[in-house]
Amino acid sequence: MIELKSSPFDPYQTLLACQEGLHQSGLRFGATCSFVGTLRDFSEGESVVDMFLEHYPGMTEKFLARIEAEARHRWALVDALVIHRVGRIGRDEAIVLVAVWSSHRGDAFDACRYMMEALKARAPFWKRETLTGGHHRWVSGNTNGYPAHPGFDCPDTPT
Amino acid sequence: MFIRVLYFGSLRETLGRAGDVGTLPEGIRVIDAWHWFNPEKSLPENTLCAINQEYVKADATLCAGDELAFFPPVTGG
Repeated sequence: MIELKSSPFDPYQTLLACQEGLHQSGLRFGATCSFVGTLRDFSEGESVVDMFLEHYPGMTEKFLARIEAEARHRWALVDALVIHRVGRIGRDEAIVLVAVWSSHRGDAFDACRYMMEALKARAPFWKRETLTGGHHRWVSGNTNGYPAHPGFDCPDTPT
Repeated sequence: MFIRVLYFGSLRETLGRAGDVGTLPEGIRVIDAWHWFNPEKSLPENTLCAINQEYVKADATLCAGDELAFFPPVTGG
């Protein structure tokens, strides 16, 4: 499941609710792996007051769904979830939650990491930070989270 | 042929508009469409291009009715 949210959410309550839903559906899993990205108050030596996350309506959802589908195809997953904020985000608020459920830890760890790295490389979002003093700064780019693992290259990563 | 163009992120802010619409010559490429709508400005380095919400290179050819998008490197997550 993928979802864009324009208001704050609690990633841990979301995880609990999802797990409850899986149990009620009779789905069995032995491993849950999740990643929560949170707005830091410091970036490149400056204090960040808040952030605005712009996206490309339609293309963003399409790429999140594609990334989830790729992970399901590549690993044996019981379920997968991506929730990403858009709009204004305050300090300490969750920006993104990626979670996967599988029978064993290997699939859960690898699929969760893949989805997060693919999202950062391909999903069309743009962060604009508001710094102390009120001026704005666009984040220039994401770093490659897999510099030593070319096997995780994304198939249609923009170049 | 009719083309709709969208700009996002810092590029939208720099250009001062979120998009363009226009009737362009048949068989025009992405880079040609950029210059059609932005005659005074070269395509900024690292700009990403998409046709109908799929990444393409700047030499990809456009078709009538396409939605073309230009945007800076993505910074989600």
